[in-house]
Amino acid sequence: MIHIKRLQEDGADVIALIGEIDASSSIELDLSIAKSVGEGFKKILVDCSALEYISSAGLGVFMSYIEEFKDRNIKMVLFGMSDKVANTFSILGLNELLQIGKDKSQAKQLINEV
Amino acid sequence: MKYKYKYKVGCSIENLKGVRDFIRGSLKNHDIPDLQISEIVLALDEMCSNLMIHAHHCNKEDLFEIVINVENNSPLVFEIIDDGTVFDINEFSTPAIDNIIHEKRKGGLGIRLVKSIMDKVEYQKTSEHNICRLVKTIRK
Repeated sequence: MIHIKRLQEDGADVIALIGEIDASSSIELDLSIAKSVGEGFKKILVDCSALEYISSAGLGVFMSYIEEFKDRNIKMVLFGMSDKVANTFSILGLNELLQIGKDKSQAKQLINEV
Repeated sequence: MKYKYKYKVGCSIENLKGVRDFIRGSLKNHDIPDLQISEIVLALDEMCSNLMIHAHHCNKEDLFEIVINVENNSPLVFEIIDDGTVFDINEFSTPAIDNIIHEKRKGGLGIRLVKSIMDKVEYQKTSEHNICRLVKTIRK
């Protein structure tokens, strides 16, 4: 089960993930990112501080946006991951392909870099 | 001491949460570091979701069984016992991460995770069942 909350801060869309993302819930993540893009946000911050678990279905959603975001000049930064969640990203080396900040202030710095 | 834990589950991806709870619950009192438990939970979630989706098309009437064998000073052995079609991850080439990004494919990552986390993934076919056996040595 995943709950997703969105709020806007300093021109960025902040998507907060609460709970667990697996094959049954990854669609919710996909829809909320698509919605953010559809509303024209160029800066997307993904708050993972209440994300307890993510499987490849969720990782795949993030991966599927990498090229589109590059083409459309949209920046996405994830932040606040627990050690377990961070480990899941690093097993596949996705920490090298996605921008990941330690906390919200670091994530904001990263997203505002030119 | 030898311990055996068993769990029967129907092929609905809604049941993955129950699978993860079963695995966490079975491993928690065996002095296994938390991070390795979370990796094992992830690998088995990937195996079960693959089986549910690709071999059983999410038919919740189809059941399979997960068996966890824990023995002191031996690797952990996980068995997924199924009487349906085999979904042999060893027959799938692991896609390069670049291809996954480029083709926007959402599959393939799970198989990479399982192969990175587990020491061995092997399949055995008996007259009644297909058994997928995953072996993991715990580092302390």
